[in-house]
Amino acid sequence: MRIFDPHIHMTSRTTDDYRAMYDAGVRALVEPSFWLGQPRTSPASFFDYFDALLGWEPFRASQYGIAHHCTLALNPKEANDPRCTPVLDALPRYLVKDSVVAVGEIGYDSMTPAEDHALAAQLQLAADHGLPALVHTPHRDKLAGLHRTIDVIRESNLPPEFVLLDHLNETTVKAATDSGCWAGFSIYPDTKMDEDRMVTILQNHGTEKILVNSAADWGKSDPLKTRKVADAMLKAGFTEDDVDQVLWRNPVAFYGQSGRLQLDVLTPDPLHEGNSILRGGE
Amino acid sequence: MTARKELDAELGGTARAWLDEALAEAAHDAAAAPDALRAEVSPCASPPWELRYAAAGRHCGPEHADSVRSLLLVEARAPLSSVTRLYEQGTAAERRAVLLTLHLLDLGDTALPLVEDALRANDTRLVAAAVGPYAADHLDPHAWRHAVLKCLFTEVPVAAVARLADRARGDAELARMLDDFAAERTAAGRPVPEDLRTVLALTAPTAAPAPTEEF
Ligand SMILES: [Zn+2]
Repeated sequence: MRIFDPHIHMTSRTTDDYRAMYDAGVRALVEPSFWLGQPRTSPASFFDYFDALLGWEPFRASQYGIAHHCTLALNPKEANDPRCTPVLDALPRYLVKDSVVAVGEIGYDSMTPAEDHALAAQLQLAADHGLPALVHTPHRDKLAGLHRTIDVIRESNLPPEFVLLDHLNETTVKAATDSGCWAGFSIYPDTKMDEDRMVTILQNHGTEKILVNSAADWGKSDPLKTRKVADAMLKAGFTEDDVDQVLWRNPVAFYGQSGRLQLDVLTPDPLHEGNSILRGGE
Repeated sequence: MTARKELDAELGGTARAWLDEALAEAAHDAAAAPDALRAEVSPCASPPWELRYAAAGRHCGPEHADSVRSLLLVEARAPLSSVTRLYEQGTAAERRAVLLTLHLLDLGDTALPLVEDALRANDTRLVAAAVGPYAADHLDPHAWRHAVLKCLFTEVPVAAVARLADRARGDAELARMLDDFAAERTAAGRPVPEDLRTVLALTAPTAAPAPTEEF
C-alpha cells in the first residue's frame, strides 16, 4: 500500500514518526506552512520557517525514504497581525522554489477584513505562479466560513480545480464538492473527524477528488491516521484500487498540477545529487 | 559538474533555449555595472537571472540543476551580494550550488561566512559542498580542522574535502584531534571510522597525496 499524506506538519514531529509513517506505507507528503502554536512577531521568523520547509525537513524525510514537498503562505490567523503581513510581499521569491507545490494554508480563521485581503492576494499569487492553493476552512462557524471562502475563490483568477478545500466534515462536504474544488478531510484522534465517519462520507460521495490527511502537528494528532483510513476503507468493502485512488492518486493529481512533484526519493548521499532508492509506493 | 558543451549535447531543444536565454541574462548583468557598484544593489531588486537560478532544475532536469546554477553564477560573475542572497534565500539544492561554485568566482575570502554557515548545518549535502576548493583555500587552520572532524562525525566521506592531503600534511594538531576522537569512540565501544585512519595517515609530515573525488 502506498500512501501520500497531503497535509501534515512534520516540523513538529520526531524522526520516530517518519519511521513509523514509512512502515505504514507513507512514501510522500506535503507539509503546509501554518501557525506554530506560538505567535511569530516578525517576517524573519517566517523566512527561517520557510527555509526549514525547503531544506532541513526534506533532508530529514529523505533519510526515511519519504518524498517531502511543501506549501507556503501567510496563514489566516497571523494574517491579522500587522507585524507579520509583510510576509505577503516576500512570498513571490519563495513560490518559485522547486519543492513548493501549492500556496497554503490560506483561508479564514475569524473572517476579518485582514483575512479577506490575505486570502484574495494569495489566491492571485497562486494564479500568477501556476500553483494550486490549499485552503483551510475555519474551525468555528465552519459552514458560513466555507460559503464565504467559495465566494472569494469564484471571484479569483484561480480555477476551482486548482483549489483544495480542507478540514471538511459531513456538514460542509456537499457545498465543497458542488463548488468544483477538491475536498480534503483531516482525520483527528478526537471527535472532529474520525476514520469511520470518513468511510461513510466516501460511501456517500464516492472517491473522486477527495483527499484524506492526518493534519498532524504539535497538538493532539496522529501521523498514522491516513493508514487507519485505508484500513477502515478495506474493512468496509472498498477495493485496493479505491484506497490507492484516495490515498495516492488523488493527492498526486491535485498537487501534480504544479508540475513540480518529484516522487523519486533521493538518498541523502552527500557527494552527489542523489541516487533514486525507490519509486513512490513501490 | 557538467561543462557547457556536454550540457548542450544532453539537453533537449526547449531546455537548451531556456539555458541560452538564462546565460545571456546573466552575462548582461555582468556587463551592466562594475562589480563594485553592483554590491550596492538593494536586496529587493534581484536581477532576472537569479529567478532562473531557482527554476534551473525544472527547466533543465534535476540532474543538471547543479551544473546550470554554477554556469549562471560564473556567467554573471556573481558578486558577493548575489551569492549571499542566493545562498540565504535558497533551498538546500540552491545553497549547495553556490558552495560548489565559490572558488570559480572572484570573491577572495569574503564568502567565508557562507561556508561557515554550511559547516554548522546538519544537512550532509551542505557540509560536503562546504569543504570544497574554496574552503581549502580560505578556511583558517582551526576552522578547517573542525570541518574535517565534522565530516567524520556526520559520515560525509572525506573524499569530499578538497586538497585534504596538502592541508593535513604535518598537521600535528589535527592528528591530536583525530587520536582523541578515536579514543572516545573506542572507550564507547564503537568502531573508529575508516576515514579517520585515512586522514590520520595523511597528517604524517611526509604522507603521500591521497586521491580526492572530483565534483
Ligand atoms: Zn494544517
